[in-house]
Amino acid sequence: MAKNEPKPIDVLTYEEAFADLETIVAALESGERPLEESMTLFERGQALTKRCAELLDKAELKVQALVDESLVDFEESQ
Amino acid sequence: MEQLALFDASPRWTVTELTRHLRQLLEADPDLQGIWVQGEISNLSKPSSGHIYFTLKDSGAALRCVLWKTEAAHLRFAPQDGMAIEAHGSLGIYEVSGQYQLYADSLRPLGEGALYQEFLRLKAVLEAEGLFDMARKRPIPASPRRIGIVTSQTGAALQDMLNTLRRRMPLAEVTLAPTPVQGAEAPLALVAALRNLNRVTAPDVILLARGGGSIEDLWAFNDERLVHAVTESQAPVITGVGHETDFTLADFAADLRAPTPSAAAELATSITVLDLRQTLNEIEQILAGSMGALFERQHNLLEGFQSGLRFYSPLRRVQTERQRVDELSRRGNAMQAHRLELAAAQLKGFQNRLTALSPLAVLQRGYAVVTKNKRVVASKSQVQDGDALRIRLRDGEFDAHVSGDG
Repeated sequence: MAKNEPKPIDVLTYEEAFADLETIVAALESGERPLEESMTLFERGQALTKRCAELLDKAELKVQALVDESLVDFEESQ
Repeated sequence: MEQLALFDASPRWTVTELTRHLRQLLEADPDLQGIWVQGEISNLSKPSSGHIYFTLKDSGAALRCVLWKTEAAHLRFAPQDGMAIEAHGSLGIYEVSGQYQLYADSLRPLGEGALYQEFLRLKAVLEAEGLFDMARKRPIPASPRRIGIVTSQTGAALQDMLNTLRRRMPLAEVTLAPTPVQGAEAPLALVAALRNLNRVTAPDVILLARGGGSIEDLWAFNDERLVHAVTESQAPVITGVGHETDFTLADFAADLRAPTPSAAAELATSITVLDLRQTLNEIEQILAGSMGALFERQHNLLEGFQSGLRFYSPLRRVQTERQRVDELSRRGNAMQAHRLELAAAQLKGFQNRLTALSPLAVLQRGYAVVTKNKRVVASKSQVQDGDALRIRLRDGEFDAHVSGDG
């Protein structure tokens, strides 16, 4: 996923960012990449970690209601 | 009459003994233990102890009843005077007042008994159809992204589920398919909500839920059509209907049954945001560690290169080369000798061939070579009268003069 054209990090969902991160860690752990590439991977890994943490911090349950087969934001009556 | 008492053989009891005996009689009678008694509530009292006292009566008789606090807490409805109910319990005697009474352990509104029979009948039918088979049950995703909810828009059940999901997995996206959950229209509305939810949003999991209520309130969840819709749902279904003690047919058909709506929301989020955080921390450590390991490896590589450099240093090379030269020269000598032999043999061959071609060889056969001024005379035109010639024969030479040009 991260190999060819890595997506910009700030548009990744948590799942995408985390999957990307896992790939990078696996690549780094294998130790088969050249130093230069490893440094790049490491930096992306750090940015992905930050992205994931932010997404967790900001996460807000999104609730929609199905009305006549279309979705509308659901106002909760507390 | 008084005298007779002296000879009277009738058994004698104390009140306590008699009461205890009666109590034992009642408690030993299986027809009076674990029974349902039907009647109307009157004289209901709920003192601060939490126990409930009432009289159950019909047109012909009355029965004192008590429901202890612990059982009273499980009631799904509020008993009131005039309510027709069935009370389950065992007969006993309260010795202090000599009062026989029903020690009740649960109450239900009259009519539920018939519903329960219908429930059992339908359950057997659907079970025979295989709708409740364990093999049909699909796994619940550990970390669903899209969660569908089928319940009433206004019920506390929805709030409970949303609160639970918000606390455990705020990354999730929830789609509510609002539907009535009780009443005549509820079964078909529930079926439609389930189908729409599957078709429109294709959720990873669906929560089918309703808060607690009487058996009549929950009855829509025993509807055969809903049971089929649950088994036909593309997304796995978790039910959370009523309280822990309530089992509906939708529960049996579901891929997973939760005791309550909030428990259903918990079962749908077995991986929580806390788990994600922890995993993220761990992977962050691994990431940092992998970089450390990378540098360590590079360092080791460098050390390896250094010792390699020492190994291939010029000094060592010189020694090696010297040895090689020795070796080569030893092998070289032998080869040289061989080469000389070859050359000698070749030379001999050349000599033989040269000999064969030499004009001197012709002299052996009796011919002579005539030269004039060291040039071979091959034609008569080359000589004149009086020329000095030199004649060469096989074994020597001599001079001659031309006399007469023939």
